[in-house]
Amino acid sequence: MTQSNSKQDLLTYTVRLGDDAIILGHRLSEWVSYGPFLEEDIALGNVSLDFIGHAQMYYTYAATLSNEVGDKKAEDDFAYLRDEREFQNHIIHELPRGDFAYSVVKQLLIDLYNKHYIEELKSSNDETLSAIAAKAAKEVTYHCRRSKEWTLRLGDGTEESHLKMQRALDDLWGYTHEIFEQDELELRLVAQGIAVDSASLKDKWFDDVKAIIEQATLKLPTSEWAVRGGRAGYHTENLGHLLTEMQFVHRSFPGAKW
Amino acid sequence: MANSDLTEAELEAAFQEKIDSEQKIEPKDWMPEGYRKNLIRQMSQHAHSEVIGMQPEGNWITRAPSLRRKAVLLAKVQDEAGHGLYLYSATETLGISRAEMIEALQTGAAKYASIFNYPTQTWGDMGAIGWLVDGAAICNQVSLQRTSYGPYARGMIRICKEESFHQRQGYQIMIELALGTPEQKQMAQDSLNRFYWPSLMMFGPHDSDSAHSAKSMKWKIKRETNDDLRQKFIDQTAPQIKFLGLEHPDKDLKWNAERGHHDSGEINWDEFYSVINGNGHCNRQRIQHHVKAHEEGAWVRAAMLAYKEKKKKQYQVD
Ligand SMILES: [Fe+2]
Ligand SMILES: [Fe+2]
Ligand SMILES: [Fe+2]
Repeated sequence: MTQSNSKQDLLTYTVRLGDDAIILGHRLSEWVSYGPFLEEDIALGNVSLDFIGHAQMYYTYAATLSNEVGDKKAEDDFAYLRDEREFQNHIIHELPRGDFAYSVVKQLLIDLYNKHYIEELKSSNDETLSAIAAKAAKEVTYHCRRSKEWTLRLGDGTEESHLKMQRALDDLWGYTHEIFEQDELELRLVAQGIAVDSASLKDKWFDDVKAIIEQATLKLPTSEWAVRGGRAGYHTENLGHLLTEMQFVHRSFPGAKW
Repeated sequence: MANSDLTEAELEAAFQEKIDSEQKIEPKDWMPEGYRKNLIRQMSQHAHSEVIGMQPEGNWITRAPSLRRKAVLLAKVQDEAGHGLYLYSATETLGISRAEMIEALQTGAAKYASIFNYPTQTWGDMGAIGWLVDGAAICNQVSLQRTSYGPYARGMIRICKEESFHQRQGYQIMIELALGTPEQKQMAQDSLNRFYWPSLMMFGPHDSDSAHSAKSMKWKIKRETNDDLRQKFIDQTAPQIKFLGLEHPDKDLKWNAERGHHDSGEINWDEFYSVINGNGHCNRQRIQHHVKAHEEGAWVRAAMLAYKEKKKKQYQVD
């Protein structure tokens, strides 16, 4: 494998991590002024800001890498000037905001995944990715604590909240499979000690999820469906609308500074 | 001597003396019912303004044109939620609950700043709001750091620390636009034109027409009059507009060397009252939005409470 191909792999991988973060951060920001009470508006905003911050770190690094492979891009070009087919986030991040239960369960599944993922990424052979992971780790710990607390409260709260949580879990479960699957590109980077071997995280993640779900008196879904394709740019219809909104101003003024 | 031994008039005299000598009134102190009511009205209106004010800016978070702007705007709107929180708690020290205040907001019994009934139509409006609306709010809030009610004064000190960041982020948006492409500059001018006059209206009617002013000044709830604060804002804004290279929306604005202030054109008070009385573009939307979020969150709040009760019982059994 040539040096430049391997750089290209790293660039793609970094952009993917940025895509996961910005799409989720954007979704979370949709909660502003819609939270169930004011304290929660602030907390959701904090989590959103964390993900937007992670996206900025990944995209900034991607901008540097893009220069090295001779296709110079700026941080914002990745967020604002790519189309739906070019985004490579895992699908779970682009799913609609939904009601509060849907957001809580979505966050729980993702936060517990990130806990293991970021921990592994800290020991990446790539110094920059490892440094980004080290910075993100503390926030991820907070996200996990928060999501677990809400899962307990709502799962074991009232009958209504329990039902809403169970429905959300059932509706989201099928999107969790692809986050543990890797394509050729990521496998090449795993072999070089750069990318996280996400398949190896599945058991740990499952144990974590199982423990909290059961404590919250909820049931793990047993249905077989699974939706895949995010890393190949094969998305649900939600993403296009999100990008339309996110990119509209930026694209209306080509070359402008903000 | 216990309070009960004093007549109402004696208590009131002692209260006024305390105010005159610049001592703060604290929640446990005796205060005239009018003072308490006046404060509840003003402080809860202030809290509601912070909260309703999240909507016009929240309207652009998902469309912010760069990641940095997105993050900064989101952080700013979050601060406003925080201000709402401090102010609700400060108001609760006067013997009213947050739930009661929210109820009053939603039924229209309590008001919020009418500026938030104006729609945000362009990204430029995020610049104009941070710069002008927060700028006007700061003038008012700086003055309120010396208000006579302790919890309110301390809340203002805390809030003012964050407000300067708000105004800066707004003005920075304006600078980028004003120095940007011709289309961007046009956007900045348009936002300035739409938000300048409503920002001046934020200070309220002229002193001669203000219903609450005299008593509020005597009790030092207000420290400076509407017109004085407005003048400060006009004076500080004029050079900022010039620096941006934008046209001043007030064609009658002129420096008056004798007064050491700008003379300015008359505000369209018909518009002010018309918007307050329900003819703004967003009056209904703002309250409906608040009610919707509140109602959609009802099951969450109920579940939280139920969970807490369960845990308490378990704890007692264990
Ligand atoms: Fe504020
Ligand atoms: Fe603020
Ligand atoms: Fe503010």
